[in-house]
Amino acid sequence: MSFIRTSHHILHPDSGHTLAEHEVTPRGVYEDRRSLLKGLAAGVAGVGLLGAAEALAQPGGAPGLVKRPGKLAALPAARSTVAGAYVMDKLTPHEDVTTYNNFYEFGTGKADPAENAHTLKPRPWTLVIDGEVNRPQRLGLDDLLKLAPMEERIYRMRCVEGWSMVIPWLGYSLSHLIRRAEPNSKAKFVEFVTLADAKQMPGLRSSVLDWPYVEGLRLDEAMHPLTLMAFGLYGEVLPNQNGAPLRLVVPWKYGFKSAKSIVRIRLLDKPNTPSWVKAGPQEYGYFSNVNPKVDHPRWSQATERRIGEGGLFAPRRPTLMFNGYEAQVGQIYAGMDLKRNF
Amino acid sequence: MSDVMLQGRLNAWLLKPWVKPLCWLLCAVPFVALVVAAAADALGANPAERLIRETGEWALRFLWLTLLITPLREAAGLHGVLRLRRPLGVTAFVYAALHFLAYAWLDQGLVLPDIVADVFKRNFILAGMLALLLMLPLALTSFNAAIRKLGGRRWQMLHKLVYAVALLGLLHFYWKMSAKNDVGEVMVYAVLLAVLLGWRVMRRGGILAALRVR
Repeated sequence: MSFIRTSHHILHPDSGHTLAEHEVTPRGVYEDRRSLLKGLAAGVAGVGLLGAAEALAQPGGAPGLVKRPGKLAALPAARSTVAGAYVMDKLTPHEDVTTYNNFYEFGTGKADPAENAHTLKPRPWTLVIDGEVNRPQRLGLDDLLKLAPMEERIYRMRCVEGWSMVIPWLGYSLSHLIRRAEPNSKAKFVEFVTLADAKQMPGLRSSVLDWPYVEGLRLDEAMHPLTLMAFGLYGEVLPNQNGAPLRLVVPWKYGFKSAKSIVRIRLLDKPNTPSWVKAGPQEYGYFSNVNPKVDHPRWSQATERRIGEGGLFAPRRPTLMFNGYEAQVGQIYAGMDLKRNF
Repeated sequence: MSDVMLQGRLNAWLLKPWVKPLCWLLCAVPFVALVVAAAADALGANPAERLIRETGEWALRFLWLTLLITPLREAAGLHGVLRLRRPLGVTAFVYAALHFLAYAWLDQGLVLPDIVADVFKRNFILAGMLALLLMLPLALTSFNAAIRKLGGRRWQMLHKLVYAVALLGLLHFYWKMSAKNDVGEVMVYAVLLAVLLGWRVMRRGGILAALRVR
């Protein structure tokens, strides 16, 4: 326990009070951290083992993967064995997944990214991993694609605006990537920095957000096997409007946590301030876990509209705790006040 | 052609008997377009959200057009446009009512307790709801017999409420869109309303004077 610096505090957005780290990090997690870090050094994360063990209990062999629409380059993958990586819900049509997007770098309208993102150049691409790590990394896209076996995962995606999709992603657990950089003992949080290039991104002309768009996760969240570094969807490489060439997908958090077109991953000893927390600290929290009992100040989060399901008069469906991933991720928030740490 | 001649022609044209029916017809175009698009499943990935948003925006647009009548009449000398104020105002109310209906139905499944709870929990919905409620007496007195019964002065006093409705409508739109910092379009509406109301304040010589029934 000695390496946990309880003296340092996390600034709670705009509320004028600070949180001691032990308030944000549940006991189990920071007590486990030593073993987690040992596991990291050994190349096997504790949570990863747990995930694999659960996966063995899952039924089914290796059925066919989702059919690709044939619009972009194929990205071969195998069905994921990570627990919770395959939801049974009906897929949201490819058309909707690729034309209804929030990607403010290409405009604030939902149709803007599909219209404007053709100017994004996903190749060549370099990802930097640095900060509190022993082996900083500078990886090209081809290295990234080969770094771990590509898996297909079908996740629910719940937007903070009250709509949701079901998307077949391609990628691998972010933990593979982070482990490669060997986080040191000070590393407790992860920052994701996304591309901000006005030449490629017309939306940067507007000051709607403070560019570049940044997001953040606690290290144990980032190391969770469900936290996906995605390189594709629907059997193909990522369309530009969906965050090409690589993006984060954290299925139990509101969609804006899943940063697109990432250029840098920084391991930190304290949490960063994600873009939406900076823009509206009363409305957006660091964690932003999907929670039907904690409303956004301007709208209810109790229900959601599933895109592409049942037409205009389809009733909204109830939103599930942690977007339905409570069995997989609930324990990492044990003992935490989720209303305060929204 | 001189300005006076143009003015005269436009006024003569505005007095033609088919102008008012044509205005009503044009007012219905966005509604028909939305219904056709909905039936053809051409409203995009989230048709419910689109219908709610479009009906709300059309309510604002028609309200802003209604507020344009007086400046057109007084500053541009187009007396004939007064005939169009009622169709435009009533249309603004109809789109606002459709906006509420779309929200209540598509978002809340017409469950009354849910709607009531939602309205009082969310400031931006409350502002929109107030705007709609304030429009109701205006819509209900938008026929000649109501004006006769109320008397012109009292009717005019009542209809000053339209300024409150416009400000509440704008606030409602702003509160909604600012949640995701998406206020570019709201700002356009704000500037236009500032011009429409500012013109009145300047012309009458002060805010109180602008609110006085003449």
